[in-house]
Amino acid sequence: MSALVQSDQTQLEDIEIALLLEGLYRVYGFDFRDYSPASIKRRILERMRAEKITTVSAYQDCVLHDNACMERLLVGLSVHVTSMFRDPSFYLTFRRKVVPVLRTYPTVRIWHAGCSTGEEVYSMAILLQEEGLYRKSVIYATDISRDVLRKAREGIFPLAAMQEYTGNYMRAGGKHEFSDYYTAHYDNVIFHPALKTNVVFSEHNLVTDGSFNEFHVILCRNVMIYFNKALQERVHNLIYESLSMFGVFGLGNKESLKFTPRADFYEKLDGHDKLYRKVK
Amino acid sequence: MTFEIIVIGTSYGGLAALQTVLPALARDFPLPVVIVQHRGKDSDNLCEFLRRHSALPLSEPNDKEAIAPGRVYLAPRDYHLLIERDGFALSTEAPVGYARPSVNVLFESAAEVYQQHVVGVVLTGANTDGARGLAKIKAHGGLCVVEDPAGAASRGMPQAAIDATPVDAVLPLPEIAPYLNQLCQHEPRSFYAS
Repeated sequence: MSALVQSDQTQLEDIEIALLLEGLYRVYGFDFRDYSPASIKRRILERMRAEKITTVSAYQDCVLHDNACMERLLVGLSVHVTSMFRDPSFYLTFRRKVVPVLRTYPTVRIWHAGCSTGEEVYSMAILLQEEGLYRKSVIYATDISRDVLRKAREGIFPLAAMQEYTGNYMRAGGKHEFSDYYTAHYDNVIFHPALKTNVVFSEHNLVTDGSFNEFHVILCRNVMIYFNKALQERVHNLIYESLSMFGVFGLGNKESLKFTPRADFYEKLDGHDKLYRKVK
Repeated sequence: MTFEIIVIGTSYGGLAALQTVLPALARDFPLPVVIVQHRGKDSDNLCEFLRRHSALPLSEPNDKEAIAPGRVYLAPRDYHLLIERDGFALSTEAPVGYARPSVNVLFESAAEVYQQHVVGVVLTGANTDGARGLAKIKAHGGLCVVEDPAGAASRGMPQAAIDATPVDAVLPLPEIAPYLNQLCQHEPRSFYAS
């Protein structure tokens, strides 16, 4: 196939994907139109391979007419793969710089926006428990996908991952044995239900839904990397509006507040670990 | 043919290979160079290490960072690195072929955006990552360069790439940087000047 034909085909595919996303929004209300294009295209093409469909137009037919096909696409578009205590130094900094402030509050409201399958929610629950803050805290863990929330609620993770997580936990300043927090069962472990007594798992769509409370801490790590710049701006505004004065905002290691409309409204808690405090 | 971006993928043995390639790039190299080196989840110091061996400024890009010419970009640990029209994008999608970052993910996204203006380079590695991505670069009219498997620290990745697509050049490691310098010396740097 010649280069020219390939480039034409790329262009055609981009148009088809825009049409598919428009249809997905208008028929089902899920708005992926402002998602970052490279990764969304990859995931759509991946779903198509799994469904054995060769053109995006044919796939659109399937998605718009078959609810189950749409649900599978939604899962494919929503899942990202994280780990417990991902970037341990983030949690270590949280212990050292944020926990002392939270101690002075009568209650602590935390929003974990885009919590996926819950690994980082359980990490935060463990941290708060070790710091004696869990009982007065509520963690609102939200995601767009019902499917990943169901998994997050279960708190069941593969046993094979525990070695890595144990290392992360220790480097994150963990104070006990990591295995104290789960019970192994064949190839999986289940985290102790006490860790989720103060966690509210709930559907929330960062693209279309508004603010639903005022929080002392908002974590939105490696979620906005899937959005284009316009949508990132919207979400930055939403987070700013949902954060109390001097509230703390946590981003992923390779995300930056620089060049966002709210950059001047925060100060860095720790430059390396992407923790910010709202000061205006 | 004008080229606009160089993408390089490597795995086992890549650290040593990059220590040969990066110092030998021309100081006025006119294109961005983007590297996926397979790396562990806690490989925090790789960027600093390679920076010491690079003729050009080297960094791990942030999400949505603009791609600048004459710079080397290293895919950060535990993320896929993708190329978009207006810059880099990161992703925490599942590892591809056990790898995150994945060479294929970088190469395929580069081919999508830059079409025939991509140069793809596969260096040493003990798996097959990069082969599918290099084939896509080729299919879009880009240029494919592979380290000679005979001399590579690990022949797996170069051989898989050669098997997957008719590559344009198979070169011993020390000749790769001079080849890229030659290839790109007439590229107009002003194209990117901001």
